Amino acid sequence: MIATIKEIIGGAKSLLVGMSITAKYGMSKTVTAHYPFETLDITPNFRGHIDLVVNTKTGKHKCISCMMCQRTCPSGCIEIKAEKPEGAKKKQLVEYHLDFTKCSLCGNCVEVCPTKALEYSNEYNLVGTSRHDFHFELVERVVKRADAMGIVVVEEKAEEPKPEKAAAEAPVGDDNSE
Amino acid sequence: MSDALIQLIIILALALVVVAYAFGNSAILVWVERKLCGHIQRRPGPCEVGPFGLFQTAIDGIKLMGKQIIIPRNADKRLFMVAPVLSFVPPIIALMVIPFSKHVQVRDLDIGLLFVLSLAAMNVLAILIAGWSSANKYSLFGAVRAVAQNVAYEIPLLICLITAVMWTGSLSLGDIVNAQGGTWFIFYPWGFVAFLVYFITGMAETNRAPFDMPEAESELTAGFHTEYAGMGFGLFFLGEYTNMLLMASLATALFLGGYNLPFIELTGDGVMTELLRVFIFLAKAYGMIIVMIWIRWTFPRVRFDQLMNFCWKILIPVSMANLAITALVMKLGEL
Amino acid sequence: MIPHPDPTQETLVLNMGPQHPSTHGVLRVLLKMDGEYVIEAEPVLGYGHRMHEKMGEVRSHNGFYANVGRMDYGGALSFAHGHVLAVERLSDIQVPERAEYIRVITTELNRVASHLLWIGAFLLDLGAFTPILYSFDDREIALDLLEHVTGARITFSYFRVGGVCNDIDEQFIEGTKKFIKRMRERIPMFHKLVTGNIIFRKRVEGIGIIDRDMALRYGVTGPMIRGSGIPYDIRKVEPYSVYPEFDFDIPTYDEGDCMARHKVRMDEIEQSLRIIEQGLEKLPDGPVMMEKVPKKVKSGPGDTFMSVEAARGELCYYLATDGTDTPYRMKIRSPSYSNLSILKEVTSGILLSDLVAVMGSMDLVIPEIDR
Repeated sequence: MIATIKEIIGGAKSLLVGMSITAKYGMSKTVTAHYPFETLDITPNFRGHIDLVVNTKTGKHKCISCMMCQRTCPSGCIEIKAEKPEGAKKKQLVEYHLDFTKCSLCGNCVEVCPTKALEYSNEYNLVGTSRHDFHFELVERVVKRADAMGIVVVEEKAEEPKPEKAAAEAPVGDDNSE
Repeated sequence: MSDALIQLIIILALALVVVAYAFGNSAILVWVERKLCGHIQRRPGPCEVGPFGLFQTAIDGIKLMGKQIIIPRNADKRLFMVAPVLSFVPPIIALMVIPFSKHVQVRDLDIGLLFVLSLAAMNVLAILIAGWSSANKYSLFGAVRAVAQNVAYEIPLLICLITAVMWTGSLSLGDIVNAQGGTWFIFYPWGFVAFLVYFITGMAETNRAPFDMPEAESELTAGFHTEYAGMGFGLFFLGEYTNMLLMASLATALFLGGYNLPFIELTGDGVMTELLRVFIFLAKAYGMIIVMIWIRWTFPRVRFDQLMNFCWKILIPVSMANLAITALVMKLGEL
Repeated sequence: MIPHPDPTQETLVLNMGPQHPSTHGVLRVLLKMDGEYVIEAEPVLGYGHRMHEKMGEVRSHNGFYANVGRMDYGGALSFAHGHVLAVERLSDIQVPERAEYIRVITTELNRVASHLLWIGAFLLDLGAFTPILYSFDDREIALDLLEHVTGARITFSYFRVGGVCNDIDEQFIEGTKKFIKRMRERIPMFHKLVTGNIIFRKRVEGIGIIDRDMALRYGVTGPMIRGSGIPYDIRKVEPYSVYPEFDFDIPTYDEGDCMARHKVRMDEIEQSLRIIEQGLEKLPDGPVMMEKVPKKVKSGPGDTFMSVEAARGELCYYLATDGTDTPYRMKIRSPSYSNLSILKEVTSGILLSDLVAVMGSMDLVIPEIDR
């Protein structure tokens, strides 16, 4: 009997303690952000979908079409089209398709790139009405982004040393894969 | 003839006001609940539609009305349709005898309290019908729980009300409020105990968390209204909030002195005094409802057998003893 | 006092799930019930099966980084830790010390986040709606910190064979120190709001008792076995990574009920905070990735077995390889799957409400059970 009464009193006290805590938080300020009108800062390290790095001097991408990223991607979401124009020494990137619906953001492509031509974008608000909205053409995006960044695209033959170094590295990657 | 006609018109007008008030009350209470729970959970709650999100419930109501009414294939169609109405209408009718102030009362019945209780008990019938007719095991579980819970909790509820009735000596709500005057029933120790027990049973009767056994969404998905969509669900929702108002109003009238201020007698029949009285009454009732909301968003749900044990082993003996003590005190006072 | 149900009476079958609020995903529990008493609870699995083990057998070791996070969304880093350690053991790769420290710090931070997720979900199962938002308030900070380092919030893909892909910076260290301080103030709040609450205590004390013997028979691990009084924690009994260098305790409680499991997890948050604190103090300088990272991690034919302590219990990776960079066989022993096997015995004869409480206290993550 006494134990029961003790339990009831103790229980009632614990209930009041709980209520005082919720009351305290109820009075204090809210902690949420009012989303569409108010956004939180996203960390610069955020890993969104991949993008080709824009060379700030030339306004072009750094890709040498070595296909490492396409080969290393575990989900097979990268498709690169490169061709060798008449008389040119090396392959040139024509299209870089990223199927973001398949991507699982492991980051292997960025790490494997010999010329550091890939980066993560900071876009976390990707929305679309169809899955085709997530098939990105990264070469087109480079042109647009260079435009947005206000970089004047420099015409060919301005980048002598880089491609050679890259060309030297590219076969290494091919070797490894065999 | 004309006298009776005027009487009838007044009653009808007041009844209309009360019905409108019941709808408005539900809308406001949903908003209050969402806002309060939001702030308790450290988020702002509804804040987009209208100032402070005040019109959110109106929009939600329109959305619910626009939704298709889905009736499960195996359901008992007629009962399935009747249940939500049965849950919503009786508490509104019961509001007719609540004395919001000296004159703002549709009808002061001599057996007002009995009238209210008999209508309030319809709620469990509605839940039973809803759960049975849905042809869903979860709904049935909810209905079974609701019946057992409400039957059990009606006993201490009645005993507490009898305590108040004994003290004031009337079943008419108007008389009960008048008899309390400046000294509310809750100021006496036996009154306080009766109020406490009534408050707990009231929460259980309206199926509010932590006693929301019939719903218990983590156990029974949504309990008795699992199969209801659109306005069927909306009516249950309205019914729940109207029931809350009814429970709080009864407590206000019986224990908290109704429209009276503590220790001060309000005299006069002017419009301003009447408005003040309505305000006092509603302030008390809504204060209780806010406490109920606060409790809901703080505690976990009790288990069903514990709920029943709590009622039969603690609440009923306590309320019985309280009744006996009240009787004893009254008898000693007479001597 | 719950009377034991009479199985000779009529029974009914209740299908709990795959869409049920308290099965936390797509678990289906087939209940044979006598009124509200559960006579038999039979978990039915496979609704979320995605063949992660098979995927591990067709993808290279590197390609599996993204998969580990999809198995256990609560504590993805523990799963990643087990995987990279297994591959490193298989191909004799030495990891820089700083990388190993960072792995431990982030894994423990992730464990805190996982336990915070659990306490919210558990209380939601018991019908308390508010604590989940308080715990998510804290968890959000932990996830922000992890996002700052790893670039993602849930599915991190952060650990690499040979190190980690990003170094931690001053902002992370400062933020983590602040988080530790904040959590130490918040844990007593949770104890006041939750652990001491009479309704909560009545709901979990003496419910779903797993005694020592039963726990050993079924091979349950993690907080569940520690709630039964057995101090079995891979971090202590079979130390891996740099855990031997840290000073921490293994909280155990003897009761074996839901309350004991709740207390174990609450104490584990504190212990994890201790590990993080020590890790930040001892953090050595140096690279976070080994010098020459092979583009393809190869090893000779052979097999290896690695077990780590995930947030929910013992996680084991078995890798057999035939000399290529792709495992020939990958077997994952995920903790929730083994823990779930005990459900049938624990829940026979208890109420439906208690079944929900027991399942909540098991901290089931369904994607990890179904894999």
